Amino acid sequence: MTQNEALFQYVTRIGDNSLILGQRLSEWCGHGPILEEDIALTNTALDLIGQATSLLKYAGEIEGKGRNEDQMAFLRYEHEYFNCLLLELPNTDYAYTLARQFLFDHFNYFMYEELLNSEDRQLAAIAEKSLKEVTYHRRRSSEWLIRLGDGTQESHDRIQFAINDIWEYTGELFEADEVDQMMFEAGIGVNLAKIKTAWHKNVSEVMDAATLTKPQEDFMQLGGKKGVHTEYMGYILAEMQYMQRAYPNCEW
Amino acid sequence: MKSWTENEIRALLEEIKDPEVPVLSVVDLGIVRKIEPVDESWQITITPTYSGCPAMRTIEQEIEKMCGENNISVLPIKTVLSPAWTTDWISEKGRNNLRDYGIAPPENEVDKSALFAKPTIIPCPKCGSKNTKMVSEFGSTACKAHYQCHDCLEPFDYFKCLK
Repeated sequence: MTQNEALFQYVTRIGDNSLILGQRLSEWCGHGPILEEDIALTNTALDLIGQATSLLKYAGEIEGKGRNEDQMAFLRYEHEYFNCLLLELPNTDYAYTLARQFLFDHFNYFMYEELLNSEDRQLAAIAEKSLKEVTYHRRRSSEWLIRLGDGTQESHDRIQFAINDIWEYTGELFEADEVDQMMFEAGIGVNLAKIKTAWHKNVSEVMDAATLTKPQEDFMQLGGKKGVHTEYMGYILAEMQYMQRAYPNCEW
Repeated sequence: MKSWTENEIRALLEEIKDPEVPVLSVVDLGIVRKIEPVDESWQITITPTYSGCPAMRTIEQEIEKMCGENNISVLPIKTVLSPAWTTDWISEKGRNNLRDYGIAPPENEVDKSALFAKPTIIPCPKCGSKNTKMVSEFGSTACKAHYQCHDCLEPFDYFKCLK
């Protein structure tokens, strides 16, 4: 693998994490439990899709085959998406949606914080922009976690159940493969081991405040970073890509 | 054909408003980063407020249209991400316009270090009371939060501080 191929893969992964979670959150549009939350979730989706736009545009430039951000987002096949499995899990209910958001926001925050120092200037610039937004996301999902965990018995049980259930998808966030290793050594990518430590510390603190119990480290699901997805991914893409597949090059 | 100066072009851009906050010009908003001559044309550089701000595309088109109408030869609008936009770049005039329009302008504090910082006190843009509360961290657009005044009972938008 050349350095350029690794960089393409690396940037695409970050972009796909944002894109797929943004798509998932946008499914809440018009279905939020209260109006304010409906607006908050869709605004978070907007931030994430905005970040995905910058990242996938850049990935297309790195690749050099003339693909723009829209072609990257809408015209790839399932095995060509490299987001972590956590992000494609279904919304299920509000507890699952917030649990996923909370676990990912903490990862995203520390990742962008590290990327500020990336040797790749465009990636550092995207990180600088995104970090401001992700800081807000992280605060919001953490506050919600405390409100639900330290809320009623019902809300406590449901958020705990959701966290326990999706915990096995968190390991992939920190799983370093050849691409991560090459990018880290080139001073472009982040040190995932370092982020893992910061993530555990912060997630523990918030979960303690929320009177929730952090699950034990156990078997972890992997695959998304290599393009091997859960059964949910095809449905996401079918909905997301329908217009571009049915009416190629249609514009809004 | 008239030859333009940077200040004249900037004055023209003052006429282009943020489509979601029509009292704020793109200059007052602080997103116009550079207006510079390149060969026989002008290069205008802008920066987005938020990554996913849907107004950016409209603003680009408005700028291009404005230049076209005034026969200013302009290169495709350039977008830069770094340095990232901050609410510090909103002009004093812009802040006053926001307040007059009923949107509380950004307060100059944001605590990034503490996770659960004490909420900043946002004075009501209608009556000036400091007895207000946040209703939702997001308001009518991504750049605003939703507040309510306990004294005059007016619900209002707060233009979030971003640094």
